[in-house]
Amino acid sequence: MANLADLYQQVIVEHNRSPRNFKKIPAATHHANGDNPLCGDHLTLELALDGDVIREIGFQGSGCAISQASASLMTAAVQGKTRAEADGLFHAFHDMITGGPDAPADAAALGKLAAFSGVRQFPARVKCAILSWHTLHAALADEPTPVSTE
Amino acid sequence: MTATRAAAPPDRARAELARRRADFPILGTRVHGKPLVYLDNGATSQKPRAVIDAVSRFYETGNANVHRGVYALSEAATAAYEGARAKARRFVNARADGEIVFVRGTTEAINLVASSYGRAALRPGDEVLVSAMEHHSNIVPWQLACEAHGAKLRVIPMDLSGDLLLDEFARLLTARTKLVAVTHVSNSLGTINPIKDIVARAHARGVPVLVDGAQAAPHGPIDVQDLDCDFYTVSGHKMFGPTGIGLLYGKAERLAALPPYQGGGDMIRSVTFAKTIYADPPARFEAGTPDIAGAVGLGATIDYLAGLEWDAVAAHEADLLSYATARLLTVPGLSIIGTARHKASVISFVMEGVHAHDIGTIVDQEGVAIRTGHHCTQPVMEFFGVPATARASFAFYNTRDDADALVAALQGVRRVFG
Repeated sequence: MANLADLYQQVIVEHNRSPRNFKKIPAATHHANGDNPLCGDHLTLELALDGDVIREIGFQGSGCAISQASASLMTAAVQGKTRAEADGLFHAFHDMITGGPDAPADAAALGKLAAFSGVRQFPARVKCAILSWHTLHAALADEPTPVSTE
Repeated sequence: MTATRAAAPPDRARAELARRRADFPILGTRVHGKPLVYLDNGATSQKPRAVIDAVSRFYETGNANVHRGVYALSEAATAAYEGARAKARRFVNARADGEIVFVRGTTEAINLVASSYGRAALRPGDEVLVSAMEHHSNIVPWQLACEAHGAKLRVIPMDLSGDLLLDEFARLLTARTKLVAVTHVSNSLGTINPIKDIVARAHARGVPVLVDGAQAAPHGPIDVQDLDCDFYTVSGHKMFGPTGIGLLYGKAERLAALPPYQGGGDMIRSVTFAKTIYADPPARFEAGTPDIAGAVGLGATIDYLAGLEWDAVAAHEADLLSYATARLLTVPGLSIIGTARHKASVISFVMEGVHAHDIGTIVDQEGVAIRTGHHCTQPVMEFFGVPATARASFAFYNTRDDADALVAALQGVRRVFG
């Protein structure tokens, strides 16, 4: 049986209450919008790249606890990382919450992002957790149209 | 449906409704190991055994295409299908069976009128009025029609309790107005709109009115002659019937003036490559093989509902509304969106610091099914400044215990989010 405590881990509840990097990035070099229109989740992501490194990243928007905490923890996780490193985290995170082949054997390898491992038990909420990551992917690829994970 | 009668129903009537609950097999099932508490009737209602059996029986013993065969089975299927139309006529109190068009549901009914009436009547500069609390299905078809014919969509505003501003409505009714499309009961706010008054004001200016009855029909029979509306739309699945079947009622003279919606078999009188003569309503609007089993199931639904004492249902639902409202307001940080004077048993609410989807996931663990999101009424959400709400919508088979189960489950939301 799905377990609520696995979904709403303390770090998720805490990041939802006090999101990190909830801000505009005035010197942004990349940005993208993510929308899940059926849910009402919405976020804008801005990044400043220094060469290949994500020097600054911020998000704004509104949505459920899972989507907000995911955006907060994602921004904290990718700051200072290269594009390739961020992309690797995206794939590992994706497979962790969907049970895909690239799921890390030990979710703890994802650090704080491991808090989302319980999402796998709640298929209806996977799209909430993954929205910010798809938005990051679109921002780095300079895709102009808003992202949706519905 | 009138929530003004808040007195609890007499014990005998309450006991009778409690017995009816046993007619719905799904209400005896469990979710996550807990008894199902089904409070999403606004999205779709559950089906009584009599309806489930009628659909099965049709496929087992009565299935053939309608309006085509000369053999006994096809004649019987046609009689069952047309018999369902007669039942539907009685349910909405139309004057004639020919005023009932079978459609997939309210969405298709509105699209049909918007498309056909749009082609017949809308010209550049004309206006269509909808209300601020419409479901997307009573907004988007009109936007499509307006776009196609150069007409303009205007919006009847509401106040912060969710009551339409009828004086503003009167001001919006002009010589340019070609149609008013308004919901009988709001799916996200529960507001029961004063349809008779709205129709009278529109008719005084010669403007026809379409009423979206999707959320009204589950709460009692409709009287289209009393309302005097020109079109009325019903979804079978929201009134304890099958999915995929619904009704469009149209006054005979209104339907007669509409061009076809879809072309195909069954909607013609004669076809040549040079010219096709269309059938009269309702066949003109029923191209192709219809949902015959669905219509038969809807007929069985109407038979089932005929056994209900609607005064007792109204009193019971009004009691559920006032009881659940009072209980919900004891939950810290909870506020109710939609506090109109006349409400159906629909309660939208938000909780401070908690998104509706998190509420929905948490109460689901206790077996409580509610709708969360924008309820296909994004303009309503924008008006009230909320991204989404949680919504509990009650049917006659719900009980005060269901409201208590919801409130108990909401304590779990506070445990997670503090």
